Amino acid sequence: MLRKLLIGTALASGLAFAAHAEDVKEVQMLHWWTSGGEAAALNVLKEDLSKEGYAWKDVPVAGGGGDAAMTALKAMVAAGNYPTASQMLGYTVLDYAAAGVMGDLTETAVKEGWDKSVPAALQKFSVYDGKWVAAPVNVHSVNWLWINKAVMDKIGGTEPKTFDDFVALLDKAKAAGVIPLALGGQNWQEATMFDSVVLSTGGPEFYKKAFNDLDEEALKSDTMKKSFDNLAKLVTYVDPNFSGRDWNLATAMVIKGDALVQVMGDWAKGEFNAAKKAPGTDFLCYRFPGTDGSVIYNSDMFGMFNVPDDRKAAQVALATATLSKSFQSAFNVVKGSVPARTDVPDTDFDACGKKGMADLKAANEGGTLFGSLAQGYGAPPAVANAYKDVVSKFVHGQIKTSDEAVTELVKAIDDAK
Amino acid sequence: MSTVAETSMTLTPEHETRPSASVRSRLQDALPKIVLAPSFAATIVFVYGFILWTIYLSFTNSKTFPSYAITGPRAYQRLWRWTFESDPPSSWYTSITNMGIFGFLYIFICLALGLFLAILLDQKIRGEGMLRPIYLYPMALSFIVTGVAWKWFLDPGLGLEQTLHQWGWTSFHFDWIKNKDFVIYTVVIAGVWQASGFIMAMFLAGLRGIDGEIMKAAQIDGATTFQLYRRIVIPLLRPVFLSAFIVLAHLAIKSYDLVVALTSGGPGGSAWLPSNFMYEYTFKRNEMAVGSASAVIMLMTITAIIVPYLYSELREKPR
Repeated sequence: MLRKLLIGTALASGLAFAAHAEDVKEVQMLHWWTSGGEAAALNVLKEDLSKEGYAWKDVPVAGGGGDAAMTALKAMVAAGNYPTASQMLGYTVLDYAAAGVMGDLTETAVKEGWDKSVPAALQKFSVYDGKWVAAPVNVHSVNWLWINKAVMDKIGGTEPKTFDDFVALLDKAKAAGVIPLALGGQNWQEATMFDSVVLSTGGPEFYKKAFNDLDEEALKSDTMKKSFDNLAKLVTYVDPNFSGRDWNLATAMVIKGDALVQVMGDWAKGEFNAAKKAPGTDFLCYRFPGTDGSVIYNSDMFGMFNVPDDRKAAQVALATATLSKSFQSAFNVVKGSVPARTDVPDTDFDACGKKGMADLKAANEGGTLFGSLAQGYGAPPAVANAYKDVVSKFVHGQIKTSDEAVTELVKAIDDAK
Repeated sequence: MSTVAETSMTLTPEHETRPSASVRSRLQDALPKIVLAPSFAATIVFVYGFILWTIYLSFTNSKTFPSYAITGPRAYQRLWRWTFESDPPSSWYTSITNMGIFGFLYIFICLALGLFLAILLDQKIRGEGMLRPIYLYPMALSFIVTGVAWKWFLDPGLGLEQTLHQWGWTSFHFDWIKNKDFVIYTVVIAGVWQASGFIMAMFLAGLRGIDGEIMKAAQIDGATTFQLYRRIVIPLLRPVFLSAFIVLAHLAIKSYDLVVALTSGGPGGSAWLPSNFMYEYTFKRNEMAVGSASAVIMLMTITAIIVPYLYSELREKPR
C-alpha cells in the first residue's frame, strides 16, 4: 500500500514536472558531512559538478548527524519529494530499494565499468535486484590500531603481530604509567572494537560465519566465548573514566600521548591530520593484531532516488562524478578513507592510506573483505543494534561472564531477525 | 437597573423579527465554536488521530516503513517477555524501572524542594525579587543545555571530582554518571535542578493567594508555625499540588533529551527511559511496530495514573 502510495505520488509529481521540457541543472543532495574536513572533501565534488554546469543544493537537515538526516529523508520520501541523492549507509539503501523508490543507474554503471572496479562486497549494498541504486563514495575499514609513536618509542614497543603480543604491549604501557588503551564507552565503539577482536580470535572464516551469515553454531561456539574473554582482557586496560566518552576524545588522548593506542576505524586518521600529525613520524597505523590480510569495512554511499526524467541527467552526472578516479582520490585523501574502486592510483595518499588501499585490493581478491556488524554492514539495523547492546552490557558489567554473553548474543540476534 | 431590564424585555420580540439581528446573534453564538474549530480539528487529527494510528501500527509488522497488514500482537508479546528479563536486564526492563525511579524521585523531590523554597521565600525576606528569578532561571534552559552542563560537572575527569582532587581532597569519589547502577540518579539531580525553581514559583503564587485573615485567626487560636503550615497552608495549596504534579509528570515522561545530553544513554544503555526506547526502536533499529507498542504502553501507563488522580481532584469542585 505504501509502495502504491509512493509510486502514485512519484507519478503525479513526474507528470507535473513533465511539462518542463528542459533538464533541471541542479543536484539536490541530502547529507550530514558538515564538519570541517568532511565539508572540504565534499567541496571537491561540488566543484567538479559546477564545471559541468550543475548547481549544488544541500537539503537542509535540522540538528546534524545521521539519525536526523535519516528521519528527514523518511519524511521526504513519504511525501514523494525525492532528493537527487542522499548519503546512506548499508541496509538503509536496500530498505529503500525494496520500497521501490530508488532509481536505476545500471546504464551508467556499465558504461563506467563499476561492476569490475567496485569490490563485490560493496556491490551487495549498491546493487539491488540486478540494478545499481547507489554510488559508493568510499571504503572505511575498522580493524586498525592507532598508536602514538612517541609513547611507543618510550616504552620500547614493536608492532604487535598476535593478540598476545598486543596484550604484552599494553602491559608495557601500563608499567610506564600511560593509559594503555583509549576507548570511548559508547556501544558502537565497543562493538567496533569487538568486530576486530572476533576477526583476530576466530579468523576470517569464523568472522564471516558469525557476523555476516549469523550462523547460530558460530555465534554460540567456544571461539565466540574466547572472543568475549579477549574483549574483557582489553577492557582491563582502559582508564576508569571511559564510559560515555566520544570517539574523537579517545583519539585526542592518543594524539596528546596520554594513551598509547586506540582501536578505531580509519576516520580516526582525520583527527590526526587535523592535529597536523604525520603517519610514521607522529603516529603509527597497524592492522589489529591477527587480522592482517582481512578488512572489515563500512562504506558511505550516495543512494540515487527515482527522480522525474528531467532530473535524471543531473543524477547521472552526480553518480559519474562520484565514482570518477580523480574525485575518489581527492575526496578520500581528505576523508581518511580509501577509494570505493580498486583501480585508483595511490600516489596522493599517505602511508596509512596506501596500506589501506593495498589491503582492500588484496582482501577483495582473496575473499576476506567483510562487512562490519557494528557499523551496520554485517546485518540489518535491528540485528546490529541487538549485537551492540550485548557487547556494551558485557563491557559495562550488566552481563557478567562470557558464557552468559554468548547466550544473550544468540537470543538477542534471534529475537531481532 | 430595573428600567433597563424592562425596556430590553419589551424590545426583544421586535428584534427577533428582524432577520439581520438574528443572523448576528446566531453568529455571535457560533463565533467561539468557529474560532475554536481549526485548533479542535488539528487536535483531533494530530493528537487523537495519530494515537489511533500508533495503536494500529503496533499490531502490524512495520519495520523501516509503516506496513498496513495487521499481523497480531507480536510487538506486545516481545515487550511483555522483556518486562521480566532482569538478569541481564533487557533494554525495556531498564527503561521501565528507570521510569519508575526517575518519575517518583523527580516529582517527589521537586514538589518537596519547591514547597520548601517557596515557604522560605514567603517569609517577607529582603531581596526576594532578586532571589526568585535566580531559582526560576534554570527552567528557561533547554534540557539539552542542562544535560551538557551537568554532564561536564559530574564527569569525574573534568568536573566536581577533578576539582576537589586539585584542591587536595584526593579521597573524594563521585562517579555516578559513569556507573551503570547510579547513572539514573544523575538524571534525577539534573532534572530536579532544572524544574524545582519553577515549582517554587507555582507554590509561591499559591501561598500569596491564601487569605491572610485565616492565618491570623489560626495564630490567635495559638497555632504554632509548624501547625499553621501543616494544617492550614498545605491543605489550602491542594490545587497547586495538582497543577505542579501534572506539569512534573509530563516533564518526567518526555525527558528524552535530558537522558541523551547528560548520559548518551548511560553505560550499556543503563540510563534509558521508555521515550529513549521508543525513539531507538522506531527510528534507529527500524522496528516501528515495537516502537509503536512501547508508545502505546507509555500512554496507557500515564492514563492509568493521571485519570484517577484528575477524577478524584476535580470531582470535589461542585460542592
